[in-house]
Amino acid sequence: MSNDIKIKKGLDIKLKGAAEKATENAIISNTCTIRPEDFHGVTPKLIAKVGAKLKAGETIFYNKDVEDMKFVSPVSGEVVEVNRGERRRIMSIKIQADKDQQYQDKGKFGLDSADGNAVKEHLLASGCWPFIKQRPYDVIANPSKSPKAIFISGYASAPLAADLDYVLQGKETELQAAITALGKMTEGQIHVSVGKNANSPLAGLNGITLHTVSGPHPSGNVGTLINRVDPINKGEVVWTVNAQDLVIIGELLLTGKFNAERIVALVGSSVKKPRYFKTKIGSEVATMVYDNGVDKDSNDRIISGNVLTGKQVKPDGALDYYNNTITVIPEGDDYEFFGWNKPVFNKISTSRALTFSWLTPNKKYELDTNTNGEHRAFVLTGNYEEVFPLDIYPLQILKACMYNDLDEMEALGMYEVAPEDFALTEFICVSKQPHQDIIRKGLDVMIKEIG
Amino acid sequence: MGLKSTLHNLKEKYKGTKMAPAFNAIHTFLYLPNETTHNGTHIKAADDLKRTMNTVIMAMVPCLIFGMFNAGYQHYAAFGTPVEFLSWDAFYIGLIKVLPLVIVSYGVGLAIEFLFAVIKKHEVEEGYLVTGMLVPLIVPVDTPLWMLAVAVAFGVVIGKEVFGGTGMNILNPALTIRAFLFFAYPTWMSGDKVWVHGAVERANKIAEGANLDAISGETILGGLAQGKDLGYSVADMFFGFIPGSVGETSTILILLGGLFLIFTKIGSWRIMLSSVMGALAMGLIFNGVVDAGWITESSKFYGLMSTVWWHHLIIGGFAFGTVFMATDPVTASQTNKGKWIYGFLIGFISILIRVFNPAYPEGVMLAILLMNVFAPTIDHYVVQGNVKKRMKRLKVKTA
Repeated sequence: MSNDIKIKKGLDIKLKGAAEKATENAIISNTCTIRPEDFHGVTPKLIAKVGAKLKAGETIFYNKDVEDMKFVSPVSGEVVEVNRGERRRIMSIKIQADKDQQYQDKGKFGLDSADGNAVKEHLLASGCWPFIKQRPYDVIANPSKSPKAIFISGYASAPLAADLDYVLQGKETELQAAITALGKMTEGQIHVSVGKNANSPLAGLNGITLHTVSGPHPSGNVGTLINRVDPINKGEVVWTVNAQDLVIIGELLLTGKFNAERIVALVGSSVKKPRYFKTKIGSEVATMVYDNGVDKDSNDRIISGNVLTGKQVKPDGALDYYNNTITVIPEGDDYEFFGWNKPVFNKISTSRALTFSWLTPNKKYELDTNTNGEHRAFVLTGNYEEVFPLDIYPLQILKACMYNDLDEMEALGMYEVAPEDFALTEFICVSKQPHQDIIRKGLDVMIKEIG
Repeated sequence: MGLKSTLHNLKEKYKGTKMAPAFNAIHTFLYLPNETTHNGTHIKAADDLKRTMNTVIMAMVPCLIFGMFNAGYQHYAAFGTPVEFLSWDAFYIGLIKVLPLVIVSYGVGLAIEFLFAVIKKHEVEEGYLVTGMLVPLIVPVDTPLWMLAVAVAFGVVIGKEVFGGTGMNILNPALTIRAFLFFAYPTWMSGDKVWVHGAVERANKIAEGANLDAISGETILGGLAQGKDLGYSVADMFFGFIPGSVGETSTILILLGGLFLIFTKIGSWRIMLSSVMGALAMGLIFNGVVDAGWITESSKFYGLMSTVWWHHLIIGGFAFGTVFMATDPVTASQTNKGKWIYGFLIGFISILIRVFNPAYPEGVMLAILLMNVFAPTIDHYVVQGNVKKRMKRLKVKTA
């Protein structure tokens, strides 16, 4: 089996503000915020009402459709606020953290003797299940379906993404425990990708099929790995797990503690001293951002995640459930005189239409959030294909999603994709179409109509 | 700063009103808007549709300027008082004949675009910037302005707006306009006079009884169709010192424009290359037919069929159509594989129509319009290839 995956189509977006390899402990966040919208498609049923006292690892809410699926608190403390939006939908749950953190003891798990079902039940009950996502549909895995394979990307190719080799250092035992546990839940293989020249702790694990990837982003996307190794067919399910979340799963299995600790990269051109922080899921971004060179009243955008797929958060917002990067870049809410026709040297472009980024392939750019143009109908063709390595027609599948033709979406490969696979095509889109949003809505229609 | 904030305040004032699209069109022409990303990627690449369209226009500007000089040059040459090509006299004719075509094309077209944007409450889209430039370059220099205005109105409304505007049309709008002119006013558009300024006027005077020499305004293709050799050298044809539509004559400038479009990655090299290959293939076939002796000099097709195969590339509108109109991304094939087929057939059919069409010996317009109609079909079969691969994968798994 070919284990060397070379990606040719793609684009490395080189930005200023990469994190220096040094880790600090972030100031302990006073509050911890959990936003149910991080778990796409889950309807939360709240257990911990305002005033409830929780230990770290105790259930806050469960999934209304799969009642065994628990979502637990990353910290010990008191629930102080439940924000509700339209139709009383829960927007966020805020927990005031205790000074002295207490963990619920879930007991050491006997990995050697356990079978797949036991592992499944344990992960569901302990709050680690949400880390396992599935394709099709890019949602939390449905525990009643067994995956044909599990995919883990150990190579982060997104712009300014946290270096996984660095943040996973020394976590071999936890990673191995998680892999062993995952392996019991599938008949198939666990495919793990690492960078070609990387020194990844993942490379030495047992029970995996190792792939080395090279080439521009999205070579590190798990979707790219799936497409190259074992594409999803109709009726099949694969699971994906973020490499860093394996550590949390592993620690839970080994010690019985739900430890939501995570090493996060603080990056972006607005950060003066970009580097790594040890913090917890749900921590306020303010605990890291402002002490490191971002001015409090500056016109910056804080993103939980990378610049392509992350979520915009307010200054009092929190690190979301799945990301390990916080990016701060300048807002671009300003006009530019004749910005549409003058030569451009300080922005990235894949064309050469008086854009000169092709002259300086190694230059690091300082991009802002300006759209660089207005939203239009699809006009250009053939440019998405240059940055889209999957064996799928990107323009055609986007259009199929827009007119909700389920048969066509299915035929064109909708089961194989996640919104993040369309981040680069969205970045270069001349018509400034929201590709990821279109794909997400298309997937949601499919869940509803096909299931 | 003053202008920027004034315009910003005006934009806020017009927001939500009927005139907002019209105002925004002018505002965004002056300033790249202050829009920021919301969901999805937080950063975006530098290119937008305006920049893309502007690149195509830049590629056409040399053709336009050359066309202006050539209008005067051909005029004086036909009237027996030749002037230097790069002379003020030549340029003056171009200025008074070609510039009005540009102004009418943009004026009428953009007015309709604005009108539709206001009525349908969408932003003014940039597609017409290129169409408006293409139109004056593909019409004969003596096209009456009122005809052009009618044709532009028809082309923009029926060719584009009824389908939903830029990005939604099936036929290339510029060619729809050109085809309308051709079919609505055939006596004007297909004669042998309209290509050189003044020839029509002179013909009318002669008809009224004036004692003047007739002026020929014939194109090379027109001549060949009647079995005449007009005696232009290959260099004349390549550099463009020949009669023809305003911007189509100079193959070298079109070639440069095409290379610029390929270099900037705006134009599809696949379509351009395959179209040239298609035209050469057809040219070779016809030459072969003549060599085999199946067609004799008495045939009315002999003139065009016996034209040296590669000369087809440098006469008529083939080069211009291939570089600037076959590559229109909206109406062309949208898949890379499809583009090869689409381009090849355009070249192939262009020369076929050129040789066999008795009324109007130029085929590139009709070939592109025909392939515009078939582009979605080509794409369908290309995409089906991908779909079938997926189905096969599934079958192997379940079997």
